[in-house]
Amino acid sequence: MSQERWPLWEVFIRSKQGLDHKHAGSLHAADAKMAIENARDVYTRRMEGVSIWVVESRHIHATNPDEAASLYDPANDKVYRHPTFYDLPDELKHM
Amino acid sequence: MSVQELEKIFQDRIDSEIRIEPRDWMPDAYRKTLIRQISQHAHSEIVGMLPEANWITRAPSLRRKATLIAKVQDEAGHGLYLYSAAETLNISREEMIAQLHSGKAKYSSIFNYPTLTWADMGAIGWLVDGAAIMNQVPLCRASYGPYARAMVRICKEESFHQRQGFEILLTLSRGSADQRRMCQDAINRWWWPSVMMFGPNDESSPHSAQSMAWKIKRFSNDELRQRFVDICAEQVKLLGMTLPDPELSWNEEKQHYDFGAIDWDEFWNVVNGNGPCNKERLAARVQAHEDGAWVREAALAYAGKKRQEKDAA
Repeated sequence: MSQERWPLWEVFIRSKQGLDHKHAGSLHAADAKMAIENARDVYTRRMEGVSIWVVESRHIHATNPDEAASLYDPANDKVYRHPTFYDLPDELKHM
Repeated sequence: MSVQELEKIFQDRIDSEIRIEPRDWMPDAYRKTLIRQISQHAHSEIVGMLPEANWITRAPSLRRKATLIAKVQDEAGHGLYLYSAAETLNISREEMIAQLHSGKAKYSSIFNYPTLTWADMGAIGWLVDGAAIMNQVPLCRASYGPYARAMVRICKEESFHQRQGFEILLTLSRGSADQRRMCQDAINRWWWPSVMMFGPNDESSPHSAQSMAWKIKRFSNDELRQRFVDICAEQVKLLGMTLPDPELSWNEEKQHYDFGAIDWDEFWNVVNGNGPCNKERLAARVQAHEDGAWVREAALAYAGKKRQEKDAA
């Protein structure tokens, strides 16, 4: 018997037109077509989606949680990127 | 960083309700506990299809049949959500299935009881799914992200399972004398095994304290069991039926129902493989897996061939 297994796929679902595809979960399938069919059966039994993306899990590259501090910290001290940083008179309207 | 420091950071995150995600550092024992619990839960969903599948061909109407098929399909889906969640902890699907088939991994003992009449479909929906929901709702806030997310999806779907079960019993309870007898008989057989679904009493549940500290568990077995009894003791009145417990009575002082002693010998006997259907259930799973081997291989061969054709073109 073959020792090869069905690869793992990540499933992304658009719940309605106008919204992003969002990660729904994962599943095993032999190929992309089967992954989409299985995703329909597993993740959209109650009209949860109008569009499905699948991608083999091995193709996803991710950040390392141990590096989160150095990766995201530089954004932390740049409060001037937020509109509330600027001190303006209350009389100023429509801004 | 030392393990002690990592453990401190880990526990601090849990204490401040920050979810743990697959690539975060976690203690080995946390990982092992989750693998055991999630895979056991997944196996329960999959084995749980068997007692109900038994009645699909004999459902009394097309409406009941369609409902039962949808419910059994949901359970397959729930098993798959949970297997996927467990796989994020670095255990393969094959390994989990092998553990189920070898008897190393357990599944909920409730599925080792037989489904003798149609009324059992009602009692399972009302009591077994009711007890499962009671256990599962707090798991939507479990500290491990993928598990909690799977549970949110499952809980949304379980509510229909319980309601359709109660509707079956309600219909029988308003039927002929025979139907009412059937209804009461199913409740009598499923009540105690459902009460046992919450697991051993708190004082004999050694892992509970650690699971609570890790926020995998949010309420103790006995707390959830009491809540279940309180709710069912009221709901059964709507059916005009009774729960098979002569000691069941409202305790004004505690504001809870008192109930009789649980037969823990029966509980452990079924857990240890000697329930009425343990062998049959496992044999059905093993056979389904073995009979499906050629399909898994054929799908792989087909995918490989398609890939080659595409590469050649």
